[in-house]
Amino acid sequence: MDILFLLIPLSVVLVLLILAGLWWAINTGQFEEIEAEGERILHDD
Amino acid sequence: MQYLNSEATTYSDKVVRQFSIMAVVWGVVGMLMGVIIAAQLVWPELNLGLEWTTFGRLRPLHTNAVIFAFGGSTLFATSYYVVQRTCQVSLFWPKLAAFTFWGWQVVIVAAAISLPLGFTTGKEYAELEWPIDLLIAIVWVSYAIVFFGTIGTRKVKHIYVANWFFASMIIAVALLHIVNSAEVPASLMKSYPVYAGVQDAMVQWWYGHNAVGFFLTAGFLGIMYYFVPKQAERPVYSYSLSIVHFWALIFTYMWAGPHHLHYTALPDWTQSLGMVFSLILLAPSWGGMINGMMTLSGAWHKLRTDPILRFLIVSLSFYGMSTFEGPMMAIKTVNSLSHYTDWTVGHVHSGALGWVGLVSMGALYYMVPRLFGQKQMHSMKAIELHFWLATIGIVLYISALWISGVMEGLMWRAINLDGTLTYTFVESVKAKHPYYIIRLLGGLLYLSGMLIMLWNVLKTATSGQSAVAQIPAVTAHA
Repeated sequence: MDILFLLIPLSVVLVLLILAGLWWAINTGQFEEIEAEGERILHDD
Repeated sequence: MQYLNSEATTYSDKVVRQFSIMAVVWGVVGMLMGVIIAAQLVWPELNLGLEWTTFGRLRPLHTNAVIFAFGGSTLFATSYYVVQRTCQVSLFWPKLAAFTFWGWQVVIVAAAISLPLGFTTGKEYAELEWPIDLLIAIVWVSYAIVFFGTIGTRKVKHIYVANWFFASMIIAVALLHIVNSAEVPASLMKSYPVYAGVQDAMVQWWYGHNAVGFFLTAGFLGIMYYFVPKQAERPVYSYSLSIVHFWALIFTYMWAGPHHLHYTALPDWTQSLGMVFSLILLAPSWGGMINGMMTLSGAWHKLRTDPILRFLIVSLSFYGMSTFEGPMMAIKTVNSLSHYTDWTVGHVHSGALGWVGLVSMGALYYMVPRLFGQKQMHSMKAIELHFWLATIGIVLYISALWISGVMEGLMWRAINLDGTLTYTFVESVKAKHPYYIIRLLGGLLYLSGMLIMLWNVLKTATSGQSAVAQIPAVTAHA
């Protein structure tokens, strides 16, 4: 099952990328006052 | 900084119109293929004795047409529509977006020609040969540039949750496609995969299950999170829950694939890992399903009068149903009964017809009149009729295959006192005959609903004209 030596690191890298995305989203204030964001799409057109 | 789309005052919707119309056209074609092969299972003579029209060649044509042509065109149309409106900016690079449309259509036509001719890699849902694989990769990277470019040049600070789902779909599909399609060309239309044996099987189902997870689930959840609130005219039940739904789903999806390979040469621990991850997936899936449904909390009466909302909400109930059934079937003991039977085929179709199909139709019915400057679809009555044809079709389809699937699973494992098999294989095939007729009937109903939709969409498009939607002045918020 050599393929697991490719797929597992690939998944780990992916999880790290996802974590980086989550980190970025939290630190740039994507999740502040979020309930208002759900409301806003109703008025966008 | 100046971007290509900085000066635009209107949304670029031409590509959305093109993808929307083609989604419906390819939907009809793909579902017709499905009905033909369902009929071939009842009356094998319908393969006409020609190699090009045998089940083995038309079945991948059916799956590619419904998943990548119908589902894919719907995803392109909706994601381009949603990302512009939620970011309040025009598409990043309209010419490249136009290329994704024409490129994707060429991929579809190439598939429709090469598959009946017998050119196939033999990998399920990745049958297309290497030149077409290359074109898919180019189109997909262009799609990523247009989508992420639009996000990057947005005029609104917050990235709406639907865009996160679309974005994860685009990244994951690129990765899956490139890893799984690694192949060595032997001639123009023949290649060999770089993986062999069980390694190949593992990569194939890592791809196959994540294609379901990201292409057919994450992408369509993006559709759900925009079009359900819009059609219901209410914000999503809990926006915080939608964020949790997103992160939980993408963190857990990647390792569910091995449940396609229970009791095979795959190491036992990998199978168990796949089973455990599949069971964990129940939580985010149901969180999202409840979130979508509860958006109607306090406005349930709208379901009585609004057939488009009914498409969207019933699609969520099928999403809930198949994301419960899936983890159950991933349990090894259940899988020992269900695997290789019609139960699996029924499960896939409750997800495909019920969830992906209905949510796409609901979103298209929402977009089409707006894209062509009409107040509503040409005929609301026809939408109503489509809804009932589709729903009854799905119920007939999946209940017939539940019965035939469990029945054949039980027949295969039935053993006499002396240890010999009670039934021969052909006896189980014969026993399924009546259920195959019911399945065909269900498919016919679903297809006829789609034909009505095609008529309705063409009527709406031809009686209206291409609408130009202004980008609203940027709000103080941004």
